[in-house]
Amino acid sequence: MLLVLLLWCVLALLVTAVVAVGVGQRWNITIPVYGAAGLLSAFGCAAAVAALLTNQSAALQLPLGLPWIGAHFRVDILSALFLAIVNLGGAGASLYGMGYGRHETFPSRILPFFCAFLAAMNLVVLSDDAFTFLLSWELMSLASWALVMAHHRDSENVRAGFVYIVMASFGTFALLLAFGLLAGPDGQYGFDAIRLHHPAAPLAALVFLLALVGAGSKAGLVPLHVWLPLAHPAAPSHVSALMSGVMTKVAVYAFIRIVFDLLGPPAWWWGMIVLATGVASALMGVLYGLFQTDIKRVLAYSTIENVGIIFIGLGLALAFHTDHFETAAILALTAALFHAINHSLFKSLLFLCSGAVLGATGERNLEHLGGLIHRMPLTALGCLGGCLAISGLPPFNGFASEWLTFQAILLSPELPQWGLKLGVPAVGALLALSVALAAACFVRLFGIAFLGRARSSNAAAARETDKFSLSVILGYAVLCLLVGVLPGLVIDALGPVSQLLFHGRMPDQATLPWLSLVPITPARSSYNGLLLLLFVVGAASVTALAVGLAASRAIRRAPAWDCGFPDASALTQYTAGSFSQPIRRVFGSVLFRAREEIDMPAPGDSRPARMIVRLHDVIWDTCYAPLSGAVAFLADRLNALQFLTIRRYLSLVFATLVVLLLVVATWS
Amino acid sequence: MHGLGFDVAHLLAGSLVLASFMLLYQDRLYALLNVFALHAVVLALSVAWQAHIQGAPHLYVTAAIALGFKGIIIPVALHRMIVRLNIHREVEAATGIGLTMLAGIALVGLSMAVMLKVTPHADLVAREDLAFALSVLLLGLLMMVSRRNAVSQVIGFMSLENGLVLAATGAKGMPLVVEISVAFSVLIAFIVIGIFLFRIRERFDTVDVGAMDTFRGERP
Amino acid sequence: MELIGDIALQGVAMFATLAMAPLLTGIVRKAKARLLRRAGPPLVQPYRDLWRLFQKDVVLAENASWLFRATPYLVFAITWVAASLVPTFAVGLQFNWTADLITIVALLGAARFFLALAGMDVGTSFGGIGSSREMMIASLAEPAMMMIVFSLALLAGSTQLSTMAQYMLSPNVGLRVTLGLSLISLMMVGIAENARIPVDNPATHLELTMVHEAMLLEYSGRHLALLELAAFLKLLFYFSLIACLFVPWGLASTNGTWTALAVGLIAYIAKIVVGVCILALFETAIAKMRVFRVPTFLGAALMLGFLGALLLFVSRGL
Repeated sequence: MLLVLLLWCVLALLVTAVVAVGVGQRWNITIPVYGAAGLLSAFGCAAAVAALLTNQSAALQLPLGLPWIGAHFRVDILSALFLAIVNLGGAGASLYGMGYGRHETFPSRILPFFCAFLAAMNLVVLSDDAFTFLLSWELMSLASWALVMAHHRDSENVRAGFVYIVMASFGTFALLLAFGLLAGPDGQYGFDAIRLHHPAAPLAALVFLLALVGAGSKAGLVPLHVWLPLAHPAAPSHVSALMSGVMTKVAVYAFIRIVFDLLGPPAWWWGMIVLATGVASALMGVLYGLFQTDIKRVLAYSTIENVGIIFIGLGLALAFHTDHFETAAILALTAALFHAINHSLFKSLLFLCSGAVLGATGERNLEHLGGLIHRMPLTALGCLGGCLAISGLPPFNGFASEWLTFQAILLSPELPQWGLKLGVPAVGALLALSVALAAACFVRLFGIAFLGRARSSNAAAARETDKFSLSVILGYAVLCLLVGVLPGLVIDALGPVSQLLFHGRMPDQATLPWLSLVPITPARSSYNGLLLLLFVVGAASVTALAVGLAASRAIRRAPAWDCGFPDASALTQYTAGSFSQPIRRVFGSVLFRAREEIDMPAPGDSRPARMIVRLHDVIWDTCYAPLSGAVAFLADRLNALQFLTIRRYLSLVFATLVVLLLVVATWS
Repeated sequence: MHGLGFDVAHLLAGSLVLASFMLLYQDRLYALLNVFALHAVVLALSVAWQAHIQGAPHLYVTAAIALGFKGIIIPVALHRMIVRLNIHREVEAATGIGLTMLAGIALVGLSMAVMLKVTPHADLVAREDLAFALSVLLLGLLMMVSRRNAVSQVIGFMSLENGLVLAATGAKGMPLVVEISVAFSVLIAFIVIGIFLFRIRERFDTVDVGAMDTFRGERP
Repeated sequence: MELIGDIALQGVAMFATLAMAPLLTGIVRKAKARLLRRAGPPLVQPYRDLWRLFQKDVVLAENASWLFRATPYLVFAITWVAASLVPTFAVGLQFNWTADLITIVALLGAARFFLALAGMDVGTSFGGIGSSREMMIASLAEPAMMMIVFSLALLAGSTQLSTMAQYMLSPNVGLRVTLGLSLISLMMVGIAENARIPVDNPATHLELTMVHEAMLLEYSGRHLALLELAAFLKLLFYFSLIACLFVPWGLASTNGTWTALAVGLIAYIAKIVVGVCILALFETAIAKMRVFRVPTFLGAALMLGFLGALLLFVSRGL
């Protein structure tokens, strides 16, 4: 029943997309289209949550697609969870779009693809056979590519779109191979059939690696992340929110579906590989983010960090699962899923805030912002909530899931393999490092953009954003806080998912006194965000009361302290670049080969002195630059083939045909 | 769980690893010498404790040798040498201290993994001691390869030798003769290196061993 | 009834912590002065300073926002809660389970987050320099702290401070190398986090060398008093933490007798005073280091913590 409803939602979204193509050329239909998309997403979200809470499972086969397969759809507890994430994000983005989309000069470039994108993400999660899955996956990639290219006059965006489409095709190709191997020679493309036949160990390992590459390239795992910081910021902000907050979760879903559900029992080194890529993503993502000045690019890199944290949880779950520590595996899996939910909330929130800033000032560059807390107080409040949540600070939601991940890491000395024994503490240290760096990154983002004095006239003239956007921003901020203080409720809702994948669940949290969070036993560890919030609020109010009663209440306004050297220019403030300079000196000189040059003019020369900082993108330089160089070289060589006679072309085709026939003939 | 004997032995051996890390962390020669003296004192204590719990009086002699030679004579001599060479400035570490420490951690992990894997049936004290000794040895080697100053290379070498002594005492039953000969060979090595230091200095006006590479034409 | 008694005890502990914190700083200053053969300010001087600051008007920079005015209250409240969640003289207080050690570390991180933002709010260079350096220091100190938590949690099988302290009191904890490494690492982190010499100088007023004080530069009056008090509390927090984890002898349990509680209190005060004297001695003996030496210092703390955790991970497999 719920499945049919969800499929109707998807169909309605697709119809809206088609209608938007047809009608959008003539009339401005921004509000109705976003309204429809928002309603359908909200409806889908409600249906998904209902399926999640009632633990329903239903399957359906439609006579679409390949005739001998049909299109299989299924909603089980895992897909219900991710459907809820997708549709919640969709509803938020649509509502936001009703306000934000009005500034758009060419809405017809966005509206159809927006709806198609939402529908495709739903379809990926709903599909129950390899063919439908891959088709929806590709539809998702293409729709999001079209959205990245929405402002195609900007050459940056064109490059972003190109890199994105190449990486997306590569990822789909990897998934295609993975499903091909899973389906086996008989071509069993239904997930039910795949689940029954586990491939042999070496083949399973290959499928695992392909799934990691395919899903990881969409999720933004290092070193497959290069497209993400280009493409996510290029799209309009509410689409960025969808891509970062939601589409990466669909990729996480694909990984969980293939590796935890379809593929047979894992080998121990799988967890190790997932852990290594996860921790590399977490650390590199946040370090890259710290050195960016484009506000949306900072957020995109921080997505890479958070995806890394999710994959650390998944890697731990795999490792524990291989060694039959089911309690620990369930804890790690729950931590990963919980962080996926949390990240979709706070990353959507932050991208929407960046959109509000962009709409109000026309600036994405941190160095041109500042002082927005005075001009946009409510956006600033929402953004502060998001920054606290993403920095993993209690009592917000990011902390709760990171705390669970740390608890899972603390269970790992029981693992028998030496690689894991030595590797996991390092993962813990690097995870703690990246969480601490994330705090620095978001102090920088909020402090430079919203605090201080305006660094440009655009920032000084900013105005608070519209009601729709504000309501979404504040709604997300409240959700971040609520999930943070009541994590037990979410974890209980995640129970059936771990039941499905690992045949067990975490202890019931809702029945515990004071709604605290106890992953294993109270003597081992517990956390209570609600009480903590009450304590802090109580202590702050008592203090405020006591100070108000006993201390002086007078306030005088005066100019800030300037060391007796008055300079009204806002350019004397600390900039985003100078804020990250100490961290660049600590980490950047090795990891990014950061070099500082000081160009000091000779005495008497009147040009200003300059400091030039050069950062190298090490991953691009080592992995992609040689590759693109090789492609360019080959293309150059093959260029000659473009100027042959017809006879030559025919002979080439003929030769190819003969060679292929020979291969077939000699194939045993 | 374990007796006090094990605990103290474990603690002292671990402190020796810690002292090795302190050596890696120092970038001033005087501080380096002081830490090296500390290294030797910890070694002496560790050996003496082994003598106590194994009831092997000849190990006391080893401890005394370690304390006398490495704890007092060599540091004092090196100190005077530094004064005479007039090189009490910063040591240039060839790679950054952070990276060196990271490499050190990795080496400790490696030696743990190797030692605990190849000696599954041995006595617990001996196993951990051996692992720590191997760590000290590797850290000494690391110190030798990561520093360019000849004096710190000498100290790296000496700390490496301390690791050998720790391994030998943990292994129970290394004869005193071997012990003494090792100690004397180190002393001779020290003298030889000391003489070389002065020769290098006379010829190249620096104790940076990079200068020799330049002389041999291996570096522009 | 028992609950009320427990809550009352918790309340007493909270206010005792608050009342003691300035005294601690007074003792440090006095001890440092005596080591330099100066007379030094009287022990109650911090109280007098705070009182005077509370009576003064607040001078607010012209473009200070609401965040700037809310931060002192938030930072103070968060630090106060964190400091009172550490078992001081008795374990098993009513609300100790609300937050484990990881949470307490993160709580202090939240306080720092607000303080760093407040430093950037007015838009002067000094605030920015302080915030930026503070976040750099924190980005290394926090993982080091986390590694210490890991080591201790692996030993004790818990991240709850009460359980950890009880485990440390039990006879089956031997002299472990990991414990030594963690203690040294924790001391280094504590020095950095509390802006003590050699990382930062709490008494400096030369802007270019300041870290913590640079963030507070624009604060005055009651706001400054609250932030100073928060800094005192943070120092007390680290002393209590070290006392509770590494020298837990004398800790009473809440259902113990009044004598046990009294013994616990006396032992706690004695431990703190000894620790303070050691700190004063250390600070007198050492010079402040350059800001860009601090990463090496904290990197060493991180490495030590990591080494401790690694040793433990490995030896667990025996």
